[in-house]
Amino acid sequence: MAALLRRELLLALRSGGGAGLGVSFFLVTILLMPLGIGPESGLLARIAPGVIWVAALLACLLSLDRLFQADHEDGTLDILALAPLPLEAVVAVKALAHWLTTGLPLLVVAPVLAVTLALPGAAMPWLVAALAAGTPALSFIGATGAALTVGLRRGGLLLSLLVLPLYIPTLIFGARAVDLAARGQSPATAFLLLGAVSLGTLALGPFAAAAALRMNLR
Amino acid sequence: MSFWEYANPTRFMRLSGAALPWVAGLAALSLAAGLIWGFFLTPDDFRQGSTVKIIFIHVPAAMMAINIYVMMFAASLVWLIRRHHVSALAARAAAPVGAMMTVIALLTGALWGQPMWGSPWEWDPRLTSFFVLFLFYLGYIALWAAIEDPDKAADLTSVLAMVGSVFAVLSRYAVNFWSQGLHQGASLSMDRQENVSNVFWYPLLLCIAGFFLTFLALLLLRTRTEIRARRIRALHQRMAAG
Repeated sequence: MAALLRRELLLALRSGGGAGLGVSFFLVTILLMPLGIGPESGLLARIAPGVIWVAALLACLLSLDRLFQADHEDGTLDILALAPLPLEAVVAVKALAHWLTTGLPLLVVAPVLAVTLALPGAAMPWLVAALAAGTPALSFIGATGAALTVGLRRGGLLLSLLVLPLYIPTLIFGARAVDLAARGQSPATAFLLLGAVSLGTLALGPFAAAAALRMNLR
Repeated sequence: MSFWEYANPTRFMRLSGAALPWVAGLAALSLAAGLIWGFFLTPDDFRQGSTVKIIFIHVPAAMMAINIYVMMFAASLVWLIRRHHVSALAARAAAPVGAMMTVIALLTGALWGQPMWGSPWEWDPRLTSFFVLFLFYLGYIALWAAIEDPDKAADLTSVLAMVGSVFAVLSRYAVNFWSQGLHQGASLSMDRQENVSNVFWYPLLLCIAGFFLTFLALLLLRTRTEIRARRIRALHQRMAAG
């Protein structure tokens, strides 16, 4: 498993900036928001949690369609399916690698961008905590969607239609936790529910994705 | 005589062919009776005026939108467990009907909301979760359309239906958390004394029966079409093979 994780990370880092692209996309999306809405800091602070979360969803979605596609095309996926490692574990490792290369960098840049959107300082730790708790769910839900569309020629577009509705609970709880913290209220309930969604998808996502992959490989 | 005998396409075709005219006739009859009774023979509400009559379309359509999704879930589960082709095809046949029911519920709600709430759309939990339900239907239909091999398509859409159901329920409760409701509570329930007034209650029941029968008729018709399409496909393949 460690070898597979190492391979995934190396591939993501060395093959044409797959990891950097997600973060850059995140930056650009957030830059576009004030340009479209106007520079009033009061309004921006009000919408900052939602904007950052929506941008995070889109950034995660961006690299999802390559999650299994490349391995499916060159036959690596068949080898992995035949390997003694259960396919569920392969999916979990791949989703983990996806999170490490797209979700984790968002945690680092999100506070900086939140400052530009005038998010109150009290909400800053909660923003990082909520992203840390919520973005793994995005990768693991996305893995299921990617597994469903792996064999398709134009899977990328379909993938967004399948996966984005599944992101709704994560988005609601994640953005809500930050929003409550920004208004000086306790974000504990929203944060705990976000953690519950995340843990649930971590536990069940690999099984659904592996089932879909087996169907695709049959 | 077991229910599962109708998993055999030939038996299903025979039974559904015999039942279809009856179901369709009953559907037309109860829908016509319910709507005429509801629209012309019930009084106006003292506060909502004649807009109250949207209930005869809105409520049955909304109920069917949810029930059809549950039916798709059940049919997908049957396909995954017992691998009856009729079941998978029934799930496929039901999806566009369900999507249309969702649209009808949303549109009639908008028509009613314009005079009553002062706006056709509010980001209310119920409205929003219906919007989400519509997206789930669209994704399901799109995945069916995208995959060439019918058995693989049935497998993958079934997985999507399973995953989607979990998230549909989750989203339903998540949106409650996200916004306060404007939509009124349930108009109908089995365990309550106070429902809508009896004047509206009986024609409404008739309309619900009409919508249900209409769905059943469409489902039978569409499933028969799917089975025939599948047979044609098989014949083509046999001819191509030589």
